[in-house]
Amino acid sequence: MSEILVKNGYVYDPKNGVNGDVMDIAIRDDKIVDAVSPTAKVIDASGKVVMAGGIDIHAHIAGPKVNVGRNMRPEDKLFNTSKRGKMTRSGGGFSVPSVFETGYVYSRMGYTQANEAAMPPLLARHTHEEMADTPLIDQSAYTLLGNNWLVMEYIKRGEKDKLNAFVAWMLHATKGYCVKLVNPGGSEAWGWGMNCVNISDPVPYFDVMPSEIISGLAEANEALNLPTSIHLHANNLGHPGNYQTTLDSIKLLEGVLPRDGKIRDQVINFAHMQFHSYGGTTWKDFETEAQPIADSINKNKNMTVDVGFVTLDETTTMTADGPMEYYLHNTNHLKWANADIELETAAGVVPYIYSPKISVCGIQWAIGLELALLIDDPMQAFITTDHPNAGPFRRYPRIISWLMSNQARLDRLETLHKVVPDRVAIGGISRVFDFYDIAKMTRAGPARALGLGDMKGHLGVGADADVAIYNYNPKTMDPTTDPAGIEKTFKNTAYTIKGGDIVVIDGEVVSKGNKRTIWVDATNGSMDPAVLDDIEKKFVRFYSVTMNNYPVQDEYVARGLVVKPEVA
Amino acid sequence: MKKVTLRPKDKEYMFLDADNVTPDNFAGKTLDEVRAVEIYEGNRTYALGDYFDVIGETDPDPNEIGIVIDGSVPKVKYIGMKMSAGKLLVKGSVGMYAGGWMTGGRLRVNGDAGAYAGIAMEGGELVIDGNAGDYVGANYRGDWRGMKGGKIVVSGNAGSDIGEAMVGGEIVVKGNADLQAGIHAHGGKIVIEGDAESRVGAQMTKGDIIVLGKIGYWLPGFIYKKDDQIDYDGKQYAVKVYQGDRGEGGKGTLYYAGA
Repeated sequence: MSEILVKNGYVYDPKNGVNGDVMDIAIRDDKIVDAVSPTAKVIDASGKVVMAGGIDIHAHIAGPKVNVGRNMRPEDKLFNTSKRGKMTRSGGGFSVPSVFETGYVYSRMGYTQANEAAMPPLLARHTHEEMADTPLIDQSAYTLLGNNWLVMEYIKRGEKDKLNAFVAWMLHATKGYCVKLVNPGGSEAWGWGMNCVNISDPVPYFDVMPSEIISGLAEANEALNLPTSIHLHANNLGHPGNYQTTLDSIKLLEGVLPRDGKIRDQVINFAHMQFHSYGGTTWKDFETEAQPIADSINKNKNMTVDVGFVTLDETTTMTADGPMEYYLHNTNHLKWANADIELETAAGVVPYIYSPKISVCGIQWAIGLELALLIDDPMQAFITTDHPNAGPFRRYPRIISWLMSNQARLDRLETLHKVVPDRVAIGGISRVFDFYDIAKMTRAGPARALGLGDMKGHLGVGADADVAIYNYNPKTMDPTTDPAGIEKTFKNTAYTIKGGDIVVIDGEVVSKGNKRTIWVDATNGSMDPAVLDDIEKKFVRFYSVTMNNYPVQDEYVARGLVVKPEVA
Repeated sequence: MKKVTLRPKDKEYMFLDADNVTPDNFAGKTLDEVRAVEIYEGNRTYALGDYFDVIGETDPDPNEIGIVIDGSVPKVKYIGMKMSAGKLLVKGSVGMYAGGWMTGGRLRVNGDAGAYAGIAMEGGELVIDGNAGDYVGANYRGDWRGMKGGKIVVSGNAGSDIGEAMVGGEIVVKGNADLQAGIHAHGGKIVIEGDAESRVGAQMTKGDIIVLGKIGYWLPGFIYKKDDQIDYDGKQYAVKVYQGDRGEGGKGTLYYAGA
């Protein structure tokens, strides 16, 4: 039995309504408890900020396309390597860090969970192998289903029960955590050299519309009572004027409530909404449309977004949205990788430089911040960079400094291309977030959206003992005038505790951690034989592997933690 | 200008990585501190003083420091890496990556240089009195941005792929160059006073290449534009002007006086 007492910190714990009160947090083994014995190890947190461990709801940190990014960008590691330490392996990479580096950087920032946002089912085993080698943080992976042939066929034929059974089987086979849709229909259309730009564009051959795929999978998601909602990378990402497509997608699920409102409030999480809030008709008259998107989210309490902030760095874009990456490659003419994943999905990788000197990049930077600031409830908008697409996750501290200081934003705005201020609204938004809001956007919010609100993202009794302690005294220091101080604070914790184990002290990794992989088993122990037959036929006729070799074996799941949804 | 002399000791080693041997790194240090500067053999860290006798005096301003390596060190890599000011003279040959990523100052090598001399250089001057290896002023692996600025002069011959993905700056080779000079170039200028072996300007999209000697094998992506006269080093040369590489829709210019 190990016990830790975190004493006298300024605690920010939105789930339990604790807003900067001086409190002690008691830890026994891997859980937060009421009290500990006098022999507990004491951590003096006086004059420091104490929060639950951070949760990244959307990042690309493990799997085949991440590895393609690592392989095709050796220059990303140049001068960005770290040596082996006492507890750490060597590693490197700025925008696509190695797996070990990924775990270390997250932990130093006080994060204790990060979720891989796009796992191609056929390559799930590789994804789990990488996650097994990513130390210190809990992880889960989102199973890509928005372009799956059987999904589209069941939706076309209106066979809802079969769709439900198939979704459950796929999550089980891939050891995935959620139903992820990336450019639904569009990535499959890319196999024909086409795309689904609007949600009413039919997918070639399958003859279903993206709108039907979104609604169909959302319905299956609720029928199975999965812990989190569907996560949608909407159609038409990254094109001027795409906010109309986004508004259309939002309308699809207006008024739909989750099956179990106790575990989460949303029926859909819009991924990297910044990329979907674009106005104008071309890049020449490109402008923000964050306001109508934010208004829409404010009206629809059954929806959440993760923002996907542009950090103005050189980075590597990677997505299952194959046609989008082709478009991007034709825009910047840099090296491009492209893949088709048989019956399931596609992918592309292209390096990208978000240059502060380019008007479009400056406008994208502003749109991300506007979205976050215009959405009233921070429990509906989460901090992400769609790592590494809009910027590397290691820039979260800088994003927090922009969100906490209007001056920091205005100073940055001044250095951007001269047309930017006329095309964005950020200059007129004076709202600033405090630590309580930041805790909602990085802890309580993502935890609740993932359906893990009881276990993660808070510091109440019974929660996982994931705690981040930051060197910042909110009573004597002012984040609104000290963006550099905030960035420094959130970059390296004083302590990161993960599952009751102290993993970081003063920015140094001191443990090998106890990471877990969280996945969902919604099969309820049974399977419709007709669906199994349909799956078998697909393997016999089309797949390059057999059905027996397809499911990820338990041994590949590093310290698996299975969530079994209850279906009443 | 203050002079710091590094005299190679009679000590065996495989290869040394000397990326800390620059005027920038020596500035403001005492001689003892210079002796303690880190130098690497494989994954092991040693002190500069383990391999070199350090004599002379330093200065707080790197512009006022001249480093002299008093001997041939063909197995010492990264000499002058990232240097931004001052001078560095090697009285012999150097290993790979000499003057890589340098932004200013002057690095002179009396002997030969290994591969990747002046890789991704941004400014300053690199003079190689002997021969240079492959990839003079090239890009780092995978990067699409090679040499950005500054000037490299090679008095002898140079190897293959010089000026790969070059964006700016100038490379002058007084002898011959091997294969693919200026491959993937998007800018800058390469002068080859001798012969260029083959495939000059492969996939170049912008920039100038001047070849005063013969080109071995030509790429088909270069088309003849006109005859012209150019002024180089105080002399007039009759040249044929070509544009390419059309395989990439390129608009690079190749001036050929060797016809």
